[in-house]
Amino acid sequence: MFAFIARRLVATIPVLLFVAIFVFMLLRLTPGDPAAVIAGDNATSDQVAAIRAKLGLDEPLHTQFFIWSGKALAGDFGESFFFKKTVAELIVQRIEPTAMLALCTLILAVSIAVPLGVLAAARQGGWVDRAIMGFSVLGFSVPVFVVGYLLIYLFAIQWGLLPVQGYRRIAEGFGDFIIRLILPSVTLAVIYIALISRITRASVIETLGEDYIRTARAKGLPGRTVLLRHALRNAAVPIITVIGIGIALLIGGVVVTESVYNIPGVGRLTVDAVLARDFPVIQVVILMFSFVYVLINLVIDIAYSFFDPRIRY
Amino acid sequence: MTMKSTRRAAVFGAALVAGSLAFGAAAQAQSTLRVVQHGNLTILDPIQTTAYVTRNHGYLIYDTLFAADEKFEIKPQMVDKYEVSADKLTWTFTLRDGLEWHDGQPVKAEDCAASLTRWSKRDAMGQKLFDFVKELKVVNDKTFQLILKEPYGLVLDSLGKPSSNTPFMMPKRIAETDAFQQIKEYVGSGPFIYQTAQSKPGDKHVYLKNPKYKPRSEPASALAGGKVVKVDRLELIEMPDTQTQANALLAGEIDIVEAPPHDLLPVLSKDRNIVLDDWNPLGHVFVIRFNHAVKPFDNPKVRLAALYAINQEDYLKATVGDAKYYKVCGAAFICGTPNGTEKGSEILIKSNFEKSKELLKEAGYDGTPIVLMQSTTLAILTNTAPVTKALLEKGGFKVEMQSMDWQTLVTRRTKKDPADKGGWNVFHTYSVSADAINPISNAYFVAADGKQWFGWPIDPEMEKLRDSYARETDPVKQKDLAEKVQLRALETGQFGWIGQWYGPGARRANITGWLKAPVPVFWNIEKSGK
Repeated sequence: MFAFIARRLVATIPVLLFVAIFVFMLLRLTPGDPAAVIAGDNATSDQVAAIRAKLGLDEPLHTQFFIWSGKALAGDFGESFFFKKTVAELIVQRIEPTAMLALCTLILAVSIAVPLGVLAAARQGGWVDRAIMGFSVLGFSVPVFVVGYLLIYLFAIQWGLLPVQGYRRIAEGFGDFIIRLILPSVTLAVIYIALISRITRASVIETLGEDYIRTARAKGLPGRTVLLRHALRNAAVPIITVIGIGIALLIGGVVVTESVYNIPGVGRLTVDAVLARDFPVIQVVILMFSFVYVLINLVIDIAYSFFDPRIRY
Repeated sequence: MTMKSTRRAAVFGAALVAGSLAFGAAAQAQSTLRVVQHGNLTILDPIQTTAYVTRNHGYLIYDTLFAADEKFEIKPQMVDKYEVSADKLTWTFTLRDGLEWHDGQPVKAEDCAASLTRWSKRDAMGQKLFDFVKELKVVNDKTFQLILKEPYGLVLDSLGKPSSNTPFMMPKRIAETDAFQQIKEYVGSGPFIYQTAQSKPGDKHVYLKNPKYKPRSEPASALAGGKVVKVDRLELIEMPDTQTQANALLAGEIDIVEAPPHDLLPVLSKDRNIVLDDWNPLGHVFVIRFNHAVKPFDNPKVRLAALYAINQEDYLKATVGDAKYYKVCGAAFICGTPNGTEKGSEILIKSNFEKSKELLKEAGYDGTPIVLMQSTTLAILTNTAPVTKALLEKGGFKVEMQSMDWQTLVTRRTKKDPADKGGWNVFHTYSVSADAINPISNAYFVAADGKQWFGWPIDPEMEKLRDSYARETDPVKQKDLAEKVQLRALETGQFGWIGQWYGPGARRANITGWLKAPVPVFWNIEKSGK
């Protein structure tokens, strides 16, 4: 197992290298000049050129890349063109809101979606199944920002139960922290509940048709035990896969949710950096996301062997 | 505590008592004003950038030597008294007593000299002033002199320039930073002190009332007079989503939204707890800018053809909509200001497509499509380009409208290449009207080779007129010269000013004392209750 994990971690190096080169080149070749953004609307061409020179953006592309990658290898990811803070410092400031939002969403989504999926499978064809699958289709169809604004309108504006926006760190008090995460987490969870419940339902229904389930029933095991202990565990691999994919998709969803709820996380940092062409920040954030993707896939692979002992690495 | 926050506390009960109380009551510990500006504050150096959010930050923590009042008159601010020699060549400025930087050091004349020098390297009006400066001499700790080569009519207007780049005073050690590098220390002598440790870019910027600030004794008037801070703490909240801004204001989570979009104003105005406040009576002005460096707008007849085809009302209806928030105005230097005159500007008010076609024929326009850049990310500008496309096509042009985000547009507009090789022909922008009130501060009129704003017009006659304006010290003659500048721009089709618009701010009803000024300022504001 350890050899497998080590091999997979080593394999991330070429992936990250490719991502680094690709993102670096993509940023330089797409239109947009951070110097023009820094200079502001009233600056002249000469002033923009002077700022470009100060930022080193007038150097040839390969020179810029070698300077950046050399520093990155030494652990120096550079400084934001705008904030005049190191990229590492900026990301550290933003990581907690994003991580907490993702975690709450995941807990909420899994704890609701898996029971719903199992229930729908157990009541296949009945009104409960249809209602759950109807909700699932709705969850897929409605964009995240629409769900967000709707929840804000009802729970914050109309009923005044929850705050509209903002984030408080756990260190500032757990109550204030959690109260501000409820609406964003529910908003983001809707689509994942829909996704995971559908897959859970399909996977459990497939498992329920297996011979060993019939055997278990023939042995006289109660229906609940058959469903939860035998069917659900054997249906787990596709469910885990979709949860893993869901986490990866979550990062995209976080960008929208963080904007709607004004959460100062990595998602908003990414959007702000892209709009301002803050190259050093974009490069590191995308590298970080790539690393997280690779890591999630690794965790999923390891989880397979936990649920299915036949899988060995 | 409001009914809504009480309900919150009740709903979440005992388990969340601590947090809920913090949510509702922490703000009561001190008076905190929470403001959402029109954009994110990313750069904290108001000399490095002309971004308006950075200028606003500048007004909080820095002070100025002079400042414009409500009547656009320039009044002393950090300066106690000033004298002009009989030959109008030596200007002597003496600083007020008791001025102090936030780090406790006294403000000295040498700090002001260094600040003015840095500003003059970035700002068009500063550059023009320093073209006339022979020497900037520090006489003693409180006194410095501007010694001119020849009389200059805009000394005070320059030092009291209200908008970007505003000549803010900084300590000498900071002001000596290269004008093209950002400063890294934010120490001023203004009414608020910036809290670097508590501020998180992309989240919020925190300012505390400067307890040692000595406001002038005169009442506050726009950017001049006594800057009396009436809250303990100011938070500039970064909130890019305008719908979220409106929701947060309605819910009482923030106190002021500086510039809500026009389409949300009806929603906000219906709430009795919200007041729409026209804090900037001068508003803004839209501009159509031609690229003089490449065909076909290198030909003045083609530029004039374009101006004949357009009309202000169409732009204003398409972008602002509600006539309450716009004004058709032919004055390049803004209606209602000392230089504002509409003389000669009829061609911008009513479209004359026949005249446009006639001029294109005379110019030999061959029907090559002109590239019109459309910004899709600055909401107020998005609809200007489609209007231009429709009007110019009616006037005989072929137009290729290319959509892009604003950052791409500001990069592409720096290119002088022909439009089919990555360049451009036309784009739109807007300016705070305060930037446009005279021929020197209004960058769109600059027509000197190497100093022009994007579009690169070269017109020695225009430069002669601007120069005469700058030298003139008599306001009546200045107004006459401003009119000539306007007429010259219309004669050559240098650019088009295509309508004034206003964007009121929105505040909670318990917020009072928001001053009318060309820049949003947060001194003088009181917050009662929550």
